[in-house]
Order: sequence, then C-alpha cells, then structure tokens
Amino acid sequence: MGQTLRGRVIRAGRASGWALVSAEPVGFLGGVDPETGIVVEAGHPLAGECVAGRVLVFPTGKGSTVGSYTLYRLARAGLAPAAIVNAESEPIVAVGAIISDIPMVDQIEIGQLRTGDWVELDGEVLVVERPGLL
Amino acid sequence: MRLTPEEEAMLRGDAGPALRRAMEIVVALGRIYGAEDLVAVAHAQVAGVSYKNLGQAGLEFLQQWAAEGARVRVPTTLNPAGMDLAQWRALGVSAEFARQQGLVIDAYLAMGIAPTLTCAPYAVGHRPRRGEHLAWSESSAVSFANSLLGARTNREGGPSALAAALTGRTPRSGLHLDQARRATHLVEVRCPLSSEADFGALGYLVGRRVRNGVPYFRFLGPTPDLSLGPGSAGEELLRGLGAALAASGAVALYHVEGVTPEAGEEGILPAAAERVTVADLAEGYAALNGPLDAVDMVTIGCPHASLAQLAEIARQVAGQRLRAALWVTTARAIRDEAAALGHVAAIEAAGGRVVADTCMVVAPVEELGLRALATNSAKAAFYAPSHSGVSARFGALAQCLDAARTGRWGG
Repeated sequence: MGQTLRGRVIRAGRASGWALVSAEPVGFLGGVDPETGIVVEAGHPLAGECVAGRVLVFPTGKGSTVGSYTLYRLARAGLAPAAIVNAESEPIVAVGAIISDIPMVDQIEIGQLRTGDWVELDGEVLVVERPGLL
Repeated sequence: MRLTPEEEAMLRGDAGPALRRAMEIVVALGRIYGAEDLVAVAHAQVAGVSYKNLGQAGLEFLQQWAAEGARVRVPTTLNPAGMDLAQWRALGVSAEFARQQGLVIDAYLAMGIAPTLTCAPYAVGHRPRRGEHLAWSESSAVSFANSLLGARTNREGGPSALAAALTGRTPRSGLHLDQARRATHLVEVRCPLSSEADFGALGYLVGRRVRNGVPYFRFLGPTPDLSLGPGSAGEELLRGLGAALAASGAVALYHVEGVTPEAGEEGILPAAAERVTVADLAEGYAALNGPLDAVDMVTIGCPHASLAQLAEIARQVAGQRLRAALWVTTARAIRDEAAALGHVAAIEAAGGRVVADTCMVVAPVEELGLRALATNSAKAAFYAPSHSGVSARFGALAQCLDAARTGRWGG
C-alpha cells in the first residue's frame, strides 16, 4: 500500500508512471526539446532526462509564456509527461497542461517524491509506491 | 470558486469542447490566482500572433481550437504579426515564414477575431472606458489601459486572453480589484524630462527597480504638458514610459500625480509605499545603448506610431535622402490615414518605409541581416539584443532621424 497525497486539481484526469523529480523549476521553451522530450537546459538537474511518459514533478514553472505551446507540441508528438505535479502552479505550465490534456495537480509537498517512485494520479489524489519500501 | 450556472455549463462542455477547454483555462487560472469568481470582460486583446514566437506548435494548437468551433463571445483584436501582410516580400520576409504566418491569422479569423494586428488597440479597435474590465495581453497596451484610461486588466498571457475572449470571462483577481491598484512605490523624479526617449529611459530604470509593483510618479523637475486625451502629446510620452516599465519590469499599472485618472483617489498612495528617487537618466541611456556606431536601420513605432508621429517624421525627412533604412511601424488603419494625408509618400520619397501589421519586437529581424538598429523606443532597445541578436542605439526621435541620414549614431 503506497503513500497517499492530496493536491489541487489543475487539469483533471487519471495517469500513472515513474516519477521524474526536479528540485528546480522547469521552463519548457528552450528547456525541453519538443522533438525528443529531453531536457536540454544547460546545468538543469534533469538535463539529459526524457520527460515522455513520466510523472514530472517540479516546484513550479518558469520562462516564456510560449512554453505552454511547447507542452502542446510534446503531447502531439507523443512525448508529453504522463502527468505533472507541482508544489505551486503558475500560468504557463497550467495552460500548457490544459491545452495538451495532461493531468496536473499542485499544492503537493514535492519533497516527499523521489525519481523512480511509481505514481498513480486520479483527480486530486496521488498514490506513491516506492520500490523496495514496504 | 463561485461560478454562475452559465459558467458551469461551459465548464461541463454543454456548448462543445472548444468552450469547455477555454473555461478550463479560465477556471484553473482563477484557482491559481485565488479568485473568488469570474468577471465579464468587455474586450480582449490577443498576443501570440507572430509565427516567430508561436512556432509550429502554437499554430497547430490554434488550428485545432478553431476546428473545434471556438468563436469569441466579446469583441477581440490581435497583436502585431511577424510581417506586413501587404509588403512582406519587399521587406525581406521568406515565403515559408509568410505562408505559416498567414495560417496563424486564418485560424484567428475563423474564431471571429478582428485582424487589427496592432499593439495599440486603444487607437484601433477599442478605446476602453474607465472602470471597464478587459482581458488584454499586450504589455504596453495593458499599461496604457490601466494607467492612462483607468480600465482594469491583468497582464494576460496569449492563451489566457484567448480563453477570456471565448468565454467572455476572466478571473476576478489582481488589477480587477481595488486593492491591487494602490501604489507600492513612490518614485520622485528630480531630473527634467523632455523627449519620449527620456520617458522611456525613466521607465526602463524604474521597471528594473519595482519589477511587478505599482509605481506612483511625482515629477519634480520640468516636464512637457502631460494632459491626457486621445492623440494628445501627454499620451504619447506616457505610453513610452509605460511600455518601458512593462519591458524591463512587469509593471501593468502606474500613476502620475496630477495626471492619470486614479492618481488622486483616496488611499492610492499608502504610507508604506517604498520611496525611490531618480535624479539622473544617464544609467538608463547607457544600459540601452550598445557599442556600435554604424546604424543599418532606424525603427520608430514601438508601440505602434500614431498619426501625429507619422506626420512629424514625414515633416522631418521630407526632401531628404536617407542612408540607413528607416522603418516606421504602425497599424494598418493608421497607415491608410497617413497615406491619404501624404505622409507615407513623403517618408518613402526619402527612402524610408511605413510598415503595418508588425513591429521589430515580433518580426524575424534576424532574417534581415542587420547588425545595429537605432530607435526612440526604450522597449525596442531593450528587446533588440535578446530577441533579435541586434545591437541597439537609443535616443530621441531627432537623434534617430539624424542616424537615418548619416548611417552613424551621433553624426
């Protein structure tokens, strides 16, 4: 039985996947390659990681408002995150998730999540399973 | 958040997927901003028109939304595109860019949006009334509407302004409420201010300092007459101030003592407002001037030039031969008026161009092979290096037109 967290729904939906956790904000325009889904921002803690199919966990978004459309482009290419979990949402990523049909919650204490956790999101409820931890 | 039955119906998708998605955006943003409910808007201004900024992803999104049946519910106008729709070929824009740009505009037209393609919707499209709620997403226009007209709008993003246009609603938060319209900073300006460039340099300095605050200006040195009204000189000077405040900072509202509509309201300048003194504009001019003396292009019209500015430029260049390129950017409707009065012909006879529908901030300037441009706009000078990879020179209109004549800054 995993740990259950509750957040605030930004885009309602159900999704599951392996968590990819960044302690730093994520900017999509120029930060994530829309053709590969790989984080390309130099010096970013997730640099080189692919966001496709992951439950992407980060404190908040940053950067240009055009980043909403980068998320849309990732989704069209099948490279979008399975879900997005933020500590505090901001408009760029929130709008990006809505127009791209990516389930999203915020107001989660993201320090409780680690890369490699199995996360199931259903509406506002997040169930976290940590392999090897019973 | 409280929603009316009509808003609830939109959110459920009773009126189709396009409106459901638009209402999802408005409601999600309302939650993020802590709004208690939504407010009806009278007009929307949508940014995110230039293909340079939207890219393929943005275009595909707009096309999908239009195909789902998205139609605006309130009068809505568009920000500048990446090119002049009539003269793009002569101005060096590639056929590929032009094709994609045309598709962007087609998608907006399908949604019922007026293709005004100007950052000055208050001049062409809709001049807001005091207290009117808007959803505008062009930062200089947001500043103009809030500060000089006393209308109410936050700095909307491109998609959020579009969602507001489709639903007729925006979250009742931020500058829609009295509380957020009070000054956060008292800015005492002790130096004289004369040209539009002086006001721009001031805006650059103060925007950097107050970020997203609400500055209250007290001009203690000599200034020109700042009386406001459609097309007044005061409006021209102050809109340059507002455009710069919104570029170097994120200022959406400012007050000027004795001038702007809300400056005299009780409680507008709380005792807790942080005091800032500006004694000199030199630092602003230094930051906005790049190192190059050779000027390839002079660009005027950020925000889009008014009819009075076009008349003044025509008067100053009439009968001359310019060495550097001169682009005066404006709205199509203003260009047509200027053409009827002979101003466009006078500028073109000197070798300049009057360019409509676009501006140097959103055009694919890097495709034009420029190295240095000169401008009287602090906003354009601020963005030129980062957006377009071009070095900038910044000064008053007369200084810019001198550079157009000689091809060099400062003679």
